[in-house]
Order: sequence, then C-alpha cells, then structure tokens
Amino acid sequence: MTVSTSTPPNIDRPLNVIVATDCGSTTTKAILIEKVGDQYRQTYRGEAPTTVEAPFEDVTRGVLNAIAEIEELSGRKILDGDKIITPCRDDKTGVDIYISTSSAGGGLQMMVTGVVQNMTGESAQRAALGAGAIVIDVLAANDGRLPHEKIERIRTMRPDMILMSGGTDGGAVTHVVEMAEYVAAAEPRPRFGVTYKLPLIYAGNKEAQPQVKKILEDKSALVITENIRPVLERENLAPARNKIHDLFLEHVMQQAPGYKKLIEMAGAPIMPTPAAVGLIMEAIAKREHLNLIGVDIGGATTDVFSVFDGVFNRTVSANLGMSYSVSNVLAEAGLPNIMRWVPFTIDEQTLRNRIKNKMIRPTTIPQTLDELQIEQAIAREALRLALIHHKSLATGLKGVQQERTISDVFEQQTSGKTLIDMLNLDLIVGSGGILSHAPRRIQSMLMMVDAYEPTGYTRLSVDSIFMMPHLGVLSTINEKAATDVFVRDCMVYLGTCVAPIGQGKDGVVCADYDITWPDGKTMKEQLRFGELRLFPLEASTQATVKVQPAKGVNMGAGAGVAVTQQVQGGVVGLLLDGRGRPLRFSSDQQSRVVALTKWFKAVELYPEPNVER
Amino acid sequence: MVAQAELPGKVFPVNLANQLSVAPGEIKDYLIKKAGEAVAKDEILAENKPLIKWFKTEIRSPVAGTIESVSSVTGQVLLREPPRVLQLLAYVNGAIVETIPQQGVVVETTCSLVQGIFGIGGETSGEIVMAVKAPDEPLTPSHITPAMKGKVVIGGSFLSADAMKQAKAVGVAGLVVGGIHDEDLRALLGYDLGVAITGTEQVGFTLILTEGFGTIPMAAKTFKLLSAHAGQKASISGATQIRAGVIRPEIIVPQAEAQTTKATQSQREGICCGDPVRIIRDPLFGRIGDVSALPTELIKIPTESEVRVLEVTLSDGSRVVVPRTNIEVIEGA
Repeated sequence: MTVSTSTPPNIDRPLNVIVATDCGSTTTKAILIEKVGDQYRQTYRGEAPTTVEAPFEDVTRGVLNAIAEIEELSGRKILDGDKIITPCRDDKTGVDIYISTSSAGGGLQMMVTGVVQNMTGESAQRAALGAGAIVIDVLAANDGRLPHEKIERIRTMRPDMILMSGGTDGGAVTHVVEMAEYVAAAEPRPRFGVTYKLPLIYAGNKEAQPQVKKILEDKSALVITENIRPVLERENLAPARNKIHDLFLEHVMQQAPGYKKLIEMAGAPIMPTPAAVGLIMEAIAKREHLNLIGVDIGGATTDVFSVFDGVFNRTVSANLGMSYSVSNVLAEAGLPNIMRWVPFTIDEQTLRNRIKNKMIRPTTIPQTLDELQIEQAIAREALRLALIHHKSLATGLKGVQQERTISDVFEQQTSGKTLIDMLNLDLIVGSGGILSHAPRRIQSMLMMVDAYEPTGYTRLSVDSIFMMPHLGVLSTINEKAATDVFVRDCMVYLGTCVAPIGQGKDGVVCADYDITWPDGKTMKEQLRFGELRLFPLEASTQATVKVQPAKGVNMGAGAGVAVTQQVQGGVVGLLLDGRGRPLRFSSDQQSRVVALTKWFKAVELYPEPNVER
Repeated sequence: MVAQAELPGKVFPVNLANQLSVAPGEIKDYLIKKAGEAVAKDEILAENKPLIKWFKTEIRSPVAGTIESVSSVTGQVLLREPPRVLQLLAYVNGAIVETIPQQGVVVETTCSLVQGIFGIGGETSGEIVMAVKAPDEPLTPSHITPAMKGKVVIGGSFLSADAMKQAKAVGVAGLVVGGIHDEDLRALLGYDLGVAITGTEQVGFTLILTEGFGTIPMAAKTFKLLSAHAGQKASISGATQIRAGVIRPEIIVPQAEAQTTKATQSQREGICCGDPVRIIRDPLFGRIGDVSALPTELIKIPTESEVRVLEVTLSDGSRVVVPRTNIEVIEGA
C-alpha cells in the first residue's frame, strides 16, 4: 500500500488476529497479537535474520522466516507458500492483518537545508527527526562553509531524501533560491538505485516556490509543501513530516531489496521503526498526561523521545549504539568516562581491543560477568551522550519569543531553552536489547538512573521484549489493540527513583524520609550521601513517600522544603538515591571501585561472588 | 582498465551582484560571457561601465571551466570546472562476463579467496611474500626487508607499531596479519575509528586483519593457504563495512585454470557437531576447536542470561561451553 501514513487505511472487518514485524538492520522480529475475550494480548514471538543483503536480497524472506517461527510455536497456519493468509479462515488458519515497520538498510537518511542554522535549519532538522529520519547534515546560509564546500558536501553525501526549508512566508527569497541553486549544481544522487531521481521536499518561503520549482524540477523528484516556519514564532512541521513518510514509501522503500513485495503484503503502510516508536511514546504521554523521556538503544543508533507538556521531540544519535557503533561511544565519551562505571581495573589496551572486537563482530554477547559490566558501562555513556544531544535539539524556537499555548510554563527571557526538565519528568521508558534483555531488571533501572540522573520522583519502565515499533504501527489502525497489548504485555514498570538534588560528604545526612507502605505500616529513616537503598514495592501497589531534604538539598520545591508524593511500585521497587546530583566520582581509582562495589551490592546488581572482586 | 568516465567538475559560485554593487536582476547587462560559454582562469566574466574609467570594476573568473548558470534572483554565476577523467581499473585479473549498463562490469576469475575480519586502505595488488614461518609468530620490523617493496606481506599473530613504520618506510603494498592493538591503529590513522566503515584511508599500505584486535595467531588454514600461493600475484582490499551491507576485506589470488579443482562446498544449514569453529568473544577469544555438543535447551551462563549454547572441544582436548552467537564456523573446512 502506498497511501499516505497521515491517512491510515479504514479497515471495516474485525481485527482479531494480527501479525506484526519489525525489520531491523540485523534481525526481523515478528509478534502475534490475538483477541482473548475482550482484550488483545501478545501471544507468540519469532525472529529471524534480516535478509536485505546478498545472497537473499529480499526483505520478505526474513519476514516469512520470522512468521514461520510463530507458526511453529503457536500451531496456527499463517503462511501459504510465500503468502500470508488474510483474513482468518478459521480458528487455526490465517491472520486478519499483517503490518510492519522497517529500519533495515540503515534507516532513512536525510539531508536538510535552512537559511539560518539555528532557526529554519533546526526546524527542518526537527521535522526530519520527527518523521523517523537520521539527519546526516544540516546546510544553512550561515553554517560557516563556503558555497563550493556546501556543493561538494551535497555531492559526496548520498542521502535518501533532502528537505529544504528557509525563510518565512513573504520574507526574502534570495537565500532560499541560492541554496536551491547549490543543490541543483551539486546534482545529488540517491543512496539506492541509479535510475531514479532523488526525492526533494521544499517546505520554505512560499514566495520562492516558483523559482525553486524552476531550478530543481528537472534535477530531482520535487515535492512542494507548506512552509515549516511560516512565521518566526511558529513551527508547522506536520505537512513536511507527512510528505517525508509518503516519499519514504513511494521512493526510498521501493528501491530497497524486496520492499515492493513487503508493501504489497502489508495491510497498512510500512513505517520507519523510529516513527512508530515515537507514536507509541506520544500516545502514552497523552493518555496519562505525563512528561516522559523514552529511549531506544540499538546496535547502530540511539533514539531519544521526549514529551514535555504535550510537545513531542525525537532525536537520533546516529553513531551511538551497542554493537556497530560501540567503538564510537568510546571515541565520543572517552575511556575515563566509561571506566568510572566499571567496578574493577582493567588495562586500557585490553579494554580497547575488546571494544573493537565487539565492533567487528557485532552479534556476540557477553559471556562473563566482567564483560557484562563493561557493556553496561558503555551503555550508560551511550545513553548519557544521546540525552545531551536530545536536550540540545528539544528546545523552544530560537531567536523569538515563543508563541505556544504552554508558553506560560517556560521562562520567556531566553528563547531556545531546552524543554527537558528533569524535575518535571514523570516517566522514563527504556527499550532496546541492552535494556530489554538485561539479566536482572535492576540492571536496566540503574543504567538509566546513572545515565539520566533523574531528580525528585521519577518512575521508570522498560519494553519487555522490544515490541514498541509493532505497537506504534498497530496504533494507526487499531488504537485499542495497541493500548491493550502495550499495557499488559509490553510495558514492564521497574519502580520509582527518588533522588534529592545536592552534594555532600559521604555519610552526611542528605534527607529524612517517611514511607507509608501499602499495608499501612510506616518507616522513618535517614538517607545519607553516598548511599543507594532499594525497597521492594510490587508493581500494582503504591506507597507514600515524604522526603525532608537537609539544608541546601532540594527535592524540587526549594532547598530544605519537604515534598510528599505517592509513588508507584514495579518489578524492582523503590530506589532511594543519595549519591547526590549531579553524580560525582572520586578521582582516586581505589575509592571509586569501593563506592561502585558498595552501590552494586546494596541493590544486588550482579550475582554475589564477582561483586566482591 | 574497465571503464572511463568524465566526472562533473567542481562548482564555484561567484556573486556578481554583490561584487558589482548592482541589483541581481541587472547583472545580465554587465556580463561579458553567457551561460554555456567557456572561460579561462582570470578571464573577465563581467564588468561595469562607469563614466570615469578609474572606477571600472572587472570580475575575473577564479577557475577555468564553463558558465553553468546565471541567476537573476540571487545575482550569482555558477562556474563549473572541466570534468575529471576517471579511469576504473579491474582490480583482479580475469574475463568480463557481464556489463551492467550505467553501473559496472562483472569480472570472472578462478581464484583462491581469503576473507579478513577488518581492514583499512583500498584496493591494491602485489606478489605474496611470507615474512614469518608460523601463524603464531608476530611480525617484527626485522622481518620487513627492502625486497618487500610493492608486495603483499603475510605476518603471523601480531603487527606492532614499529613494524607498521618499517612497512611504510619500505613501501609494502599490503600487510595481512592475525591482529593488531587498537592503540596502534589509532596512532596509524591519527584518530579513533568510531564506526567500521573503511577503505579510503591513505596510510601508505592496505592492512588486513584476519582474526581481530589483540595478539591472535592467524588461523592455520588461512596461513597454509597463503603460504601455498607465495610468489603469486594477489589483489587485496581493506574495505570494511559492518553495517547496512556487510563488506569484509579480501585477498584474491587468481589462478591459472589448470591448477584449480572445482569447489565442492555445498549449501550448509546451521552448525553441526564436528564443525571447526573459532571463538570470537572473550575470555577465550581467538581459540579454535571443534563442536562436540549442541544442547537444544537454554543454558544459564555466568552473566545469568539464558541463551542457546554449544560445547567446543579445543585443540588441547579441553571442553568449553560457549553461547552460540559467540562462535563462527571456519568456512571451507
């Protein structure tokens, strides 16, 4: 199907059995969703290597293999040769719909242009990122590069698509037309396929449309849409995002091996994986009126999503990941930053060699506890760096006073301030192999707490087996099915982290706390600096926690002001973090190892013998 | 040479309107050259016509080429340099069996092929020369002699930074070894390699690792195969890409037809007991053995993950249990 993703298909038949796949760059993951009684549940799961490479060069091969595994496990006949049986013929034959997302072949890679880098350039970047793309470069009139350097850059990069923006409606056209001339002169070639023209979206000053059309019409597959920044005070990203989705299906996916077949097989438009994950994150935030940060840490990239006061943002850190990009995490974070999370000493040469060996053989898994601890140390840094990147882009509009309905919430003195406010953050959602498949759930929780340093009261959760992409695309055709499965099978609540802001000497009182447990029992104790405490609190239960911070320590209401809140439990429980914010480490290696060992032991992060090393 | 192309030249924009201080719409009146015309370097592109000759401004072309376009909106003239002629070499000796229009050719050759795991540097070729006697012998500077200039030098378990320097000084075409230290790679490249997309580095030679990072003896089979072809010409490429279309470095030794026997490798399905495998993750990284058991159930490993495993009997007779994802089958055995 090649309809716009902005207009999902109307399906009039009942959807009781759904099979969904996500074609990742290494594995294709399939899940079966069935209506059991009144509710939808995820029942079976299968996976197979993705087959976009030689010798198969047909993505549907991997899809069929993953579905075949579901067939074996469930006993339901879904495949008839190379076809998926739709709709259901009886209780044990067929499915009502097949849907899919895809990030295979390196995802959607885009280049964007604007006039002023941190105004229209950033708006274009946000539009592309929100649509699920990886932005490989941002060109702007003031990006510091000489014209011939810009042209050279466009020529050497081979994006899947270009988004051009610039100028407000009715403003000056010169700079926009100038950029169009550069793009035309560069004659950009698409990444896949030599026979088709590069898709190019123009979403800039409407006055410049005729000139842009004249310059670029013959050299690209030009699509003109509404200006993403019609006036300086307002962004209008939706039309450009929808066009990106449409062109992704019509042009880019058609070139990838086997995608024509996949599009025909699917009952709804194929979505880029990050766009689908973004949809589900946005849906959670809206439904529960939450401020949230979501992260999907993969092998090649780390995607960060945030919703603060209804404003959705997404960024992708293209070279931060746990396998293909693992070596880049080391290059960007630096060795000392990774080593600060490792509770033993290891010589630099050995560690460097190990990380590079993981890069060249990305499918291997840690076999010993040491190796697991090193991987989780790298994950903390990848998560931390990706959030820094996200904070720099998830900002208010720069150069102007914001004109948004929620503008009162933010200070108006400085424009372009980041929207990420850790004190107002309600929920952190983690997804991706290292978080979803950590041997102990506390490991996922502590990785996110260490990387994000949440302050005040923050709830944390993980995607149980990585099915958010599937549910994202499902939500476009059946909201109830997606919600049912999301609540019951996908989201695993880990618990709540309580962390006062401030720093102090180890052992000095950081805060007094009172906890009223679900059974009515109460507890009054003191949290000291350098301490980490974990209390079990079941997932469906709540406790009331009152924290009276010490002098100079803040729980969000001001220094020394007590804050009481009802906190939710989870499979891990209630974590009281007295390590201080921002987190600080001893520069002395031995004391650092002692501190880490103490924390890890306090929360039983790893099996006993090795923590003692 | 299998193909020749004229790559479009570089583009240089010149903003005439700014330089002549006129409106963009008026620049046509000042132009001496028209779109499509050729210009030499420093040739006058446009000039104004002042009343007093002293105030005359002449805009000269910064490059030799042709005038691509003239814009009356921006006042810009785009100049394009002459096309660059690119000659594409065949890389391996062989026969062209297919021509793909607008794309390339398929060259067929009967050859021995060794795939490496990681490399840097592009395509090159040279005679194979064995610098060490055994696959577990490290390659030291003393192994590299001036006679190895322009050749593909095969080392053993490890290549030190000093040996790299020596290889560069001698001018070897390529180095094939078991492993190197990441630190030495960083020193060689001048930066920390973040993502494994290589092939364009210019370090003086092409480097191919057959096993990985660290000191790891080259697989005996690889070493034996390369030894058997010592003295023959090999085409090698260090290009590696471990993402979106995996490319591994390669050593191709074309053969005369008579020398070869037909490859008999059949399509395999999964791992079987008795398969020779290499362990590709610490703590036993680089060890080679045979698969001795393939339990079907999930087993809890020391990290507490439950995974599918297999049992490997190492060359010293000891048996170890390894996650299935942490081994690779040694092909062609």
